[in-house]
Amino acid sequence: MIHQVLFIIFGGICVAGALNLLLQKHPISSALSLIVVMGSLAALYLLLGAQFVAAIQVIVYAGAIMVLFVFVIMLLNAGKEEHTKGSRIAMWFGVPSVAALLGMVLFILLQRGKVDYQIELGAFARPTREVAILLFRDYLLPFEVTSVLILVAIMGAVVLARKEQ
Amino acid sequence: MVPITWYLVLSAVLFTIGVAAFIFKRNIITIFMSIELMLNAVNLSFVAFANMWKDLSGHIFVFFVMVVAAAEAAVGLAIIIAVFRTRQTLNVDRVNLLKL
Repeated sequence: MIHQVLFIIFGGICVAGALNLLLQKHPISSALSLIVVMGSLAALYLLLGAQFVAAIQVIVYAGAIMVLFVFVIMLLNAGKEEHTKGSRIAMWFGVPSVAALLGMVLFILLQRGKVDYQIELGAFARPTREVAILLFRDYLLPFEVTSVLILVAIMGAVVLARKEQ
Repeated sequence: MVPITWYLVLSAVLFTIGVAAFIFKRNIITIFMSIELMLNAVNLSFVAFANMWKDLSGHIFVFFVMVVAAAEAAVGLAIIIAVFRTRQTLNVDRVNLLKL
């Protein structure tokens, strides 16, 4: 019962924030509503028993990545978005295709791939220690490759954002 | 007791809103944010399936998705800064250098 209530509250906040991202005209409003979505997703991860994922969702996503976004929005002094011919074309073709995408995914989820599994609150609460063992033993090679990826990303960001001489 | 289908439907709805924002938005930064929304939606179904199969590998995959998203955000925002420096605009309709 409490699980359903919490799911409806935080799922509702998620969808409302995502819709607000879609409807707001100013990028800073969209960024703030995306932070709301990420915060309530962290609460949903806690309901699913993923404490570590919830923590890094708040720290990395809502903290680091969104700060980067807000920083760039302020750096470039982004204003309200203007509507052009391209946005009307996107409207005409986008609305039916998005509706078709949602209908297809929901059809597959609800009709074809029906899974009768009930998620119990606290039934899958593993300590972070087990995540760490899995990450540093079974997934050690992907972890190391990821660090190389981050190094490349840092160098790429520095090179791309540098002022032209 | 919540059926896993609720989580999957929420994930699908969030992903679709992300796709819609990607198509409708004209500001390049907002388009970039909608990609982050889609990644988040996929993460939710990863965690839900990890709960279903009682397997922590789903959490590890979410971890990797977040790392890749962070790297992508750093590079992508640098590209946006570079585009703004040369074109003086953030509107994707005005970034049409190939259409000269």
